[in-house]
Amino acid sequence: MNRIERKFKELKRKRQKAFVVFLTCGYPDLRTTKILIKELYRAGVDIIELGIPFSDPLADGKLIQESSAYALKKGIDIFKVFKLASETRRITSIPLCLLTYYNPIICFGLERFMRMSRDSGVDGLIIPDLPPEESKDILKIAKSYGISVIFFISPTTSGERLKLICNLSRGFIYYVSLTGVTGPREKLPVDLIDNLKKIKKITSKPVCVGFGISRPDQIKRLYKIVDGVIVGSAIIKKIKDNLGKPDLIKKVVDFVLWLRGNKISYV
Amino acid sequence: MFPNNKGYFEEFGGRFVPETLMFCLKQLEDEYLKAKKDKKFLREFNYYLREYAGRPTPLYLAENLSRYLGINKIYLKREDLLHTGAHKINNTLGQVLLAIRMGKRRIIAETGAGQHGVATATVAAMFGLKCDVYMGKQDIKRQRLNVFRMKLLGANVIPVESGSQTLKDAINEAIRDWVTNVRTTHYIIGSTVGPHPYPMMVRDFQSVIGRETKEQIIKKEGRLPDYLIACVGGGSNAMGMFSPFFKYKQVKFIGVEAAGKGLSTNRHSATLTKGKKGVLHGAYSLVLEDRFGQIKSAYSIAPGLDYPGVGPEHAFYKKIGRARYVTVDDKGALEGFKLLSLTEGIIPALEPAHVIFYLNKLKRQLKNSIVIVCLSGRGDKDLDIVVKGLKIK
Repeated sequence: MNRIERKFKELKRKRQKAFVVFLTCGYPDLRTTKILIKELYRAGVDIIELGIPFSDPLADGKLIQESSAYALKKGIDIFKVFKLASETRRITSIPLCLLTYYNPIICFGLERFMRMSRDSGVDGLIIPDLPPEESKDILKIAKSYGISVIFFISPTTSGERLKLICNLSRGFIYYVSLTGVTGPREKLPVDLIDNLKKIKKITSKPVCVGFGISRPDQIKRLYKIVDGVIVGSAIIKKIKDNLGKPDLIKKVVDFVLWLRGNKISYV
Repeated sequence: MFPNNKGYFEEFGGRFVPETLMFCLKQLEDEYLKAKKDKKFLREFNYYLREYAGRPTPLYLAENLSRYLGINKIYLKREDLLHTGAHKINNTLGQVLLAIRMGKRRIIAETGAGQHGVATATVAAMFGLKCDVYMGKQDIKRQRLNVFRMKLLGANVIPVESGSQTLKDAINEAIRDWVTNVRTTHYIIGSTVGPHPYPMMVRDFQSVIGRETKEQIIKKEGRLPDYLIACVGGGSNAMGMFSPFFKYKQVKFIGVEAAGKGLSTNRHSATLTKGKKGVLHGAYSLVLEDRFGQIKSAYSIAPGLDYPGVGPEHAFYKKIGRARYVTVDDKGALEGFKLLSLTEGIIPALEPAHVIFYLNKLKRQLKNSIVIVCLSGRGDKDLDIVVKGLKIK
């Protein structure tokens, strides 16, 4: 059992839900990413999804695209991401997932990628352009290094594939709330709750919902059904809005606390 | 038969896309496999190819060019004479009919040079479908004429400002749109790239080029040609020409890629020659990337060739040695452009102009051969670039 699985077990015992935060590694710089992880952990964030910036992030909306391009321009590469992961691991025990498109993994080498992941204290791997049908090789290697590969279910997933994905996904199942790319939405689809109930019936694995989540009321409703929520673009936007400001970290942490329903004086 | 049922040409191909698209790729595959066997569909497709697009296109013996280069016989497969001026319409007609079959009323497409965008806007106009075309901001600047054509045809041209603002980014953006509107929209990819079933489907729709060629050459020469030569960006005109000849081992295939400013620079599009194995836009094939797997932007004077990926079937042809892939740079393309214009009175697009120049390089070897060039498009769209490149006053 790795840190992700232990985390969900612990949350279940405490009857709590997971709050997962996505950060583009190196946006706006590595130091900020590192402090953010530490502070978010202190603020009660349960899992960090660390995005390896990619030139062609086709599942992402504008905000994450821009943050990715920004980080790449600043010279963030895969070695720097691993270095940051292992430094983070020395100071916190927060479960860490890497989110990357498939091509950088192929280029780096599947086996080498998994070894570096394990050695840097990474627990999970999320690959938006790798469906289970194409993942045979990577699953075998991931397993031998103890890395959980997390798969997606979307509103268009049905039938046999639902079961297949529930079976293959380790750590948790990533439910994509809507048909679309990442990015904050005012409203989530009306059939979301019903869809999630269906999924929860066929699997006992933790299900976390991502894409579009940007408001506390959305999270409150989702927590009634699922095991966690994933917030990405809304956090990236908060970082973007506070670029260059001395209280960026505090603003982001406050935002997370507000999302979780803490009654702080959120501005 | 290639690809296998998972969309693989041996190790190349597959379906590397976000989960949301998996169901509609399956739907598209099922529908296409059904349509392929449906006589009514094929009849309709052939009807529009003939009556609307202008098929069959001539297989023209370029006597002057043959004589000039000292090559036995060069034939040109005149895809440049098709409606909209390039081979792209073969594919857009096929796909639009498929979209209608699936009940999708909205079409999206990406375009680099604008040829595929125009071919898509054309069929959308004819069949009364809503059409949005994604085009990189840089390409919009380079290919103004085609932007106007698309607009006149009622399409909405959406400028893409992300990444390198060229073809690869336009594809990213089209995929993002498709992920969002997947239930109502069909995405017409313009080349033999993308996730399965696209490489297979686009090849099949384009294979009319090769099938016609085979019939025509046998009629004219009583035998198959020695060489088929075509330019390769994503690879659709080349695959359309090559694939019907796959099993005739005596027919040699040559694909010509764009060397841009030179293979030793970073400014080229020679994916098969210089690329590494990787995933771009949903397929495992060869890609141009840096040492961290970030996709590089490609470059060529021919806007239809500057793509940092290539169809998986070409990667497969290369691996098994069925086709040879060579390169010609910008200068050569301009020379080829001039050469065909002067010798035959045919102004080619810059993309096949690469091939014309390559004939010159290969003329000794081809001395006694029958060579067929796929003249994939006409050159009107490139006049601005060529006038500048050749410093014509």
